[in-house]
Amino acid sequence: MTPAYLSYWLTIFLMVAGLYILIARGNLLKKLIGLAVFQTSVYLLYIAPGKLIGGTAPIVAEGFTRYSNPLPHVLILTAIVVGVATLALGLAITVRIREAYGTVEEDEILERDRADAE
Amino acid sequence: MAATVVAMVLQRNLLGVVVLFAIYSFLMATVLAGLDAVDVAMTEAAVGAGVSTVLLLGALHLTGSWEAKPLHRPALPLVLAAAVGAVLVYGSFGLPAFSDPQAPIHTHVAPRYLNEASKETGVPNVVTAVLASYRGYDTLGETVVVFTAGAGVIALLRRRRKGRR
Amino acid sequence: MKGDIILRVIAKLLVPFMLLFALYVQFHGDYGPGGGFQAGVIAATAIVFYVLVFGLEAGRRLLPDWLAEKALAAGVLLYAGVGVAGLLLGGNYLDYFVLDADPVHGQHRGIFWVEAGVMLTVTGVMLKLFYMFADRGRDGEGE
Repeated sequence: MTPAYLSYWLTIFLMVAGLYILIARGNLLKKLIGLAVFQTSVYLLYIAPGKLIGGTAPIVAEGFTRYSNPLPHVLILTAIVVGVATLALGLAITVRIREAYGTVEEDEILERDRADAE
Repeated sequence: MAATVVAMVLQRNLLGVVVLFAIYSFLMATVLAGLDAVDVAMTEAAVGAGVSTVLLLGALHLTGSWEAKPLHRPALPLVLAAAVGAVLVYGSFGLPAFSDPQAPIHTHVAPRYLNEASKETGVPNVVTAVLASYRGYDTLGETVVVFTAGAGVIALLRRRRKGRR
Repeated sequence: MKGDIILRVIAKLLVPFMLLFALYVQFHGDYGPGGGFQAGVIAATAIVFYVLVFGLEAGRRLLPDWLAEKALAAGVLLYAGVGVAGLLLGGNYLDYFVLDADPVHGQHRGIFWVEAGVMLTVTGVMLKLFYMFADRGRDGEGE
């Protein structure tokens, strides 16, 4: 039973590690990197079930009869590009925050907002 | 890859974290290629280890490069993350085993794509055929998303010619 | 100085091959792995490599900002235009088989133009992103 589920458990470990970076660290840049790690682990989550042992890449060619499933590949291709778009926008917002507050540490930003509100 | 991510969690020099992220992307691309996902592996290598790393380095240059010491104790996030992991592991027992040919993912619509794509579109690469022809709307939406990201960054980071802010 | 010369020569040799590889990946995407996204990213990376070695001004002379912005928009328009062409020729939106007398050939044409549109947009966006981030840092907001 264990080897059959190993791919899922590895993916879950990567996902949880990315989630931990996202919620437990205060630096905005590191949070964004944690988000990117989380997204990448989700790609693995989708592609691992699509593989057939003994199959080959889904390009129709002479001599091959068993192909791995092409459908997850298509979805993940879109997901990768959307992920980089999200990362780019997040980085742009972080740069603007740095210019407005002088720091990218979440604690200091909240301090400054609290001080301004009084 | 697990070791890389753990090192990323503990490392506080952000340049080191970005380099570790590039290593992680390359390892992920290798694993994906081993899983027969050649298109995806090429894209992940080019995008994750190429463009993402370049953008992260650019942003790193514009902000600081050291992460401050965490003020709060990591007990609550660690417990939360472990709880999420436990729930996910419990859920994974209901999923089909690795490389099971009878799993629903292989019997529903994929055989039709694999058998018909070459005849209907004349293109041997089934992934390209599905991406551009069978699921063309999704690719249109994705192109618009990329365009929006570019437009958004232009709007955020545009400079005024005279005077700042 | 010595290191500088080596970098310049190698960059001058490598950048044309990188661009050629990007075009190869784009057009060969029907028969092997590849397609619009990979080709766009590889082409943008080639220009980024050139800028890293020769400086931002040289890169701007090679591929100016306005060209990247126009490419950004032109790609999306091209993609949507292929869809509209399908409408005008009698099918539904984004139908490829009406684009030619032989439906399979019509699929070929549709896929070709659609992937070209995707490559234009992706190259334009990645390059413009790089230019914006590099630009922000050079005049320095007082840092």
